[in-house]
Amino acid sequence: MDTDQLIRTLAADNAHRAPRVGAVLTMALLVAAPFSILIFATFLGVRPDVMTAMHNPFFDTKFAVTLSLAIPAIIVSLHLSRPEALLRGWGWLLLLPVGLLAVAIGSEAMMAPAMPMTMRLMGKNSRSCLMAIPAMSLPLLAGALFGLRHGAPSRPALAGALAGLVAAGLAATLYASHCTDDSPLFVATWYTIATAAVTAIGAAVGSRVLRY
Amino acid sequence: MRGREDEWTGLMRSAMTGDDAAYHRLLKAVTPVLRAAARRGLARAGQPPDQAEDIVQEILLAVHLKRHTWDSEAPFAPWLFAIARNKLIDALRRRGRRVFVNIDDFAETLPGEAPQETASAGEVSAQLGTLPQRQRDVLQSIAVEAASIKDTAAKFSMSEGAVRVALHRGLAALTAKLRDQ
Repeated sequence: MDTDQLIRTLAADNAHRAPRVGAVLTMALLVAAPFSILIFATFLGVRPDVMTAMHNPFFDTKFAVTLSLAIPAIIVSLHLSRPEALLRGWGWLLLLPVGLLAVAIGSEAMMAPAMPMTMRLMGKNSRSCLMAIPAMSLPLLAGALFGLRHGAPSRPALAGALAGLVAAGLAATLYASHCTDDSPLFVATWYTIATAAVTAIGAAVGSRVLRY
Repeated sequence: MRGREDEWTGLMRSAMTGDDAAYHRLLKAVTPVLRAAARRGLARAGQPPDQAEDIVQEILLAVHLKRHTWDSEAPFAPWLFAIARNKLIDALRRRGRRVFVNIDDFAETLPGEAPQETASAGEVSAQLGTLPQRQRDVLQSIAVEAASIKDTAAKFSMSEGAVRVALHRGLAALTAKLRDQ
């Protein structure tokens, strides 16, 4: 086939309209979410003292942190699904949860501690946290990667890592309602390790499946 | 240079609102620029320039299938050159070279610098043969025989909608095969 013939063929297909990447990503995450929620409902569930926990600002802070990871990660991943896009100017959005955690750790340090620091950091749920967040992330990661495949990222591994951050942020939001460890020190340690693992998987898979 | 790129942006905007002729003109207009850049990239990697046409066709397919990622408020050229650069890097890597491709390879190309010929390329034609019968028939009818969608539909006793679906799926399958080869 010569190039003129190919061009003619492409022009004949011009009527085909693909949906925007954002729409496909949203649909894919909505399809994936029930699988993660099923894992949550089967093995974890909302903590029994949730009504009292809601009066604890550090319980609420967990959701602020996880959502301030997930939502900016979605925004940045959509930005990077355009081939000419750069991370520059957008990367700071991903520092929001870090800043929020730093403020929360600082606030907790100024209060009279109910427990010694090491106990707050180690918590009671570190192992469950390290297993549950990655497990609930996997369906969401598959969904995010599927959605981003519709885009044209110039750096597939980076886009895959962002898919990992999206998945981990959403999974951690679910997990936060189960976990009885509310100390920002616990969140900064164990949630971060779990998120890093999911992000690494996302980058590894993304470097293969997000090429276009 | 600026004038040329503004013209591309205008053509692409028209194309996205359904003007097939504008889309055809745009693809014709960018092809010599892509060809010159592909040749330069191959030369720098120490590869024979006769593979340039394969790379040009891969870029055109990617442009076509990813054009929904172009923001119609943004200029077209940076988007095009980013896709072209990615495809060129992929193609050179597949040929066993790790090379750095400068984005200026594309931007610096002067109009008229490249010959306007159309060339045949082996890879798309070879992968065409591996497509399902129906997609291959439709692609061949439109590409080689220059038949319209309507005529193609009549020839194969298909609806026009089915021809459109086969055409799009065929192009998408072709692109996937080229990428994963």
